[in-house]
Amino acid sequence: MKELLAIVMAAVLVNNYVLAQFLGICPFLGVSKKLDQAAGMSVAVIFVMVLATAVTYPIQHFILDKNNLGYLQTIVFILVIAALVQLVEIILKKYIPALHASLGVYLPLITTNCAVLGVCISNVDNYMGVTAFGGSFVQALFNALGSGLGFLLAMVLFSGVRSRVDKCKCPECFKGMPITLISAAIVSVSFMGFAGLVENLLG
Amino acid sequence: MNPIVIAILVVGIIGLLCAVMLTIASKFMAVEVDERIPQVRECLPGANCGACGFAGCDGYAAALVEDPDLSVSLCVPGGATAAASIGKVLGREAGDVAKQVAEVRCSGTCEATSVKMDYKGLESCAAAKLLFGGTGKCVYGCIGLGDCAQVCPVSAIHINGGLARVDASVCIGCGLCAKTCPNGVIAIRPADAHMVVDCNSHQKGAGTRKSCSAGCIGCQLCEKNCHTGAITVTDNLASIDYAKCDGCGKCIEVCKAGCLVALNITKAEVVNG
Repeated sequence: MKELLAIVMAAVLVNNYVLAQFLGICPFLGVSKKLDQAAGMSVAVIFVMVLATAVTYPIQHFILDKNNLGYLQTIVFILVIAALVQLVEIILKKYIPALHASLGVYLPLITTNCAVLGVCISNVDNYMGVTAFGGSFVQALFNALGSGLGFLLAMVLFSGVRSRVDKCKCPECFKGMPITLISAAIVSVSFMGFAGLVENLLG
Repeated sequence: MNPIVIAILVVGIIGLLCAVMLTIASKFMAVEVDERIPQVRECLPGANCGACGFAGCDGYAAALVEDPDLSVSLCVPGGATAAASIGKVLGREAGDVAKQVAEVRCSGTCEATSVKMDYKGLESCAAAKLLFGGTGKCVYGCIGLGDCAQVCPVSAIHINGGLARVDASVCIGCGLCAKTCPNGVIAIRPADAHMVVDCNSHQKGAGTRKSCSAGCIGCQLCEKNCHTGAITVTDNLASIDYAKCDGCGKCIEVCKAGCLVALNITKAEVVNG
């Protein structure tokens, strides 16, 4: 239990996918303008991350590794993730059309969101073969959940930062994307403070 | 078995499974799209100019189908034809769409006015405007660097003698130029307007005179001589209520500055009558 908590904490705070590993920057900058959109997008990303790990991890373990097809990892994972995102889009369009409309082009962009592929691949790299399949699979799922929650945290924090920045007077040449990138960098630096947190707290 | 065959089979089967899953999902969770939306969209010209106030032609088509009270005649480029065909699709009365065109309300040619600086900066009105209010002596008039000509989707605007001019036969009245002009010189007027005030200067008469020989000095002669009350002078600038103007042309006769420009006046009838 403690181990799983450590995995989630590490994924959310220390190895935050957006702010520490700089993956998934496109939706991070694109959809963080409004809090509700940012939260909706993050929930979709959490869902896709967990689902993608749940599907790709057994594929890697039972199909690719068994047949010496490790080199197919990227292409198979992208294929599966793309199909899952399409599924999420169909579901959202049917049941939450408002969220579907507000996410717009960023929803299909999860398909090529490097954070999702990054979670799947790093799960395989970090947990595969360490323990028996069952145990490592659960760890991988929790890591995916934690990474998704980390994405949510980054999005929510940054949408708050951005709404404050938008109200401030900033020099004309910094308006828009430049000041957004600078504030993203500062938020990212603040997350460096979490380094070593998990080891000392739960280690 | 050949490893290549295994690799192809593995990827192929995974792809097939994904395809089956998506097909089933899209069948079971299909969302019905109102079939009238693409039909309405077909009637619109597809310029995506935004003159209707919606995000492009698709946005206007979707809004039209959803909101039964929305006017079908908001599309300026499409004009009466688009409104009529949309009305047919939706079974609604099409109102009248007056064709509208852009008008550069400035007569400050190189002869009439002059520059106050030797501008060598960016070839853009917006940039020039930042420098002491523009290059010309008159800070209200056309800067003439052609920001409007650049945004015009149909290339109806040309710079002629330091002044932007709209080709009314080409203009679709989308209003993009009016939004772009940093001085707000460009206005959208009905295409069949009888006359226009080609000046945008709110300076007092003497000030306008100093900077431009063709500007409106706010003398109010046109206002006094207008028998329909279509012309009013506010803030030292004449403006015309196109709905009231009957095109008698009297104001042009009395205008000393020459900023009133006749387009299609019915002067002959007045003289005969």
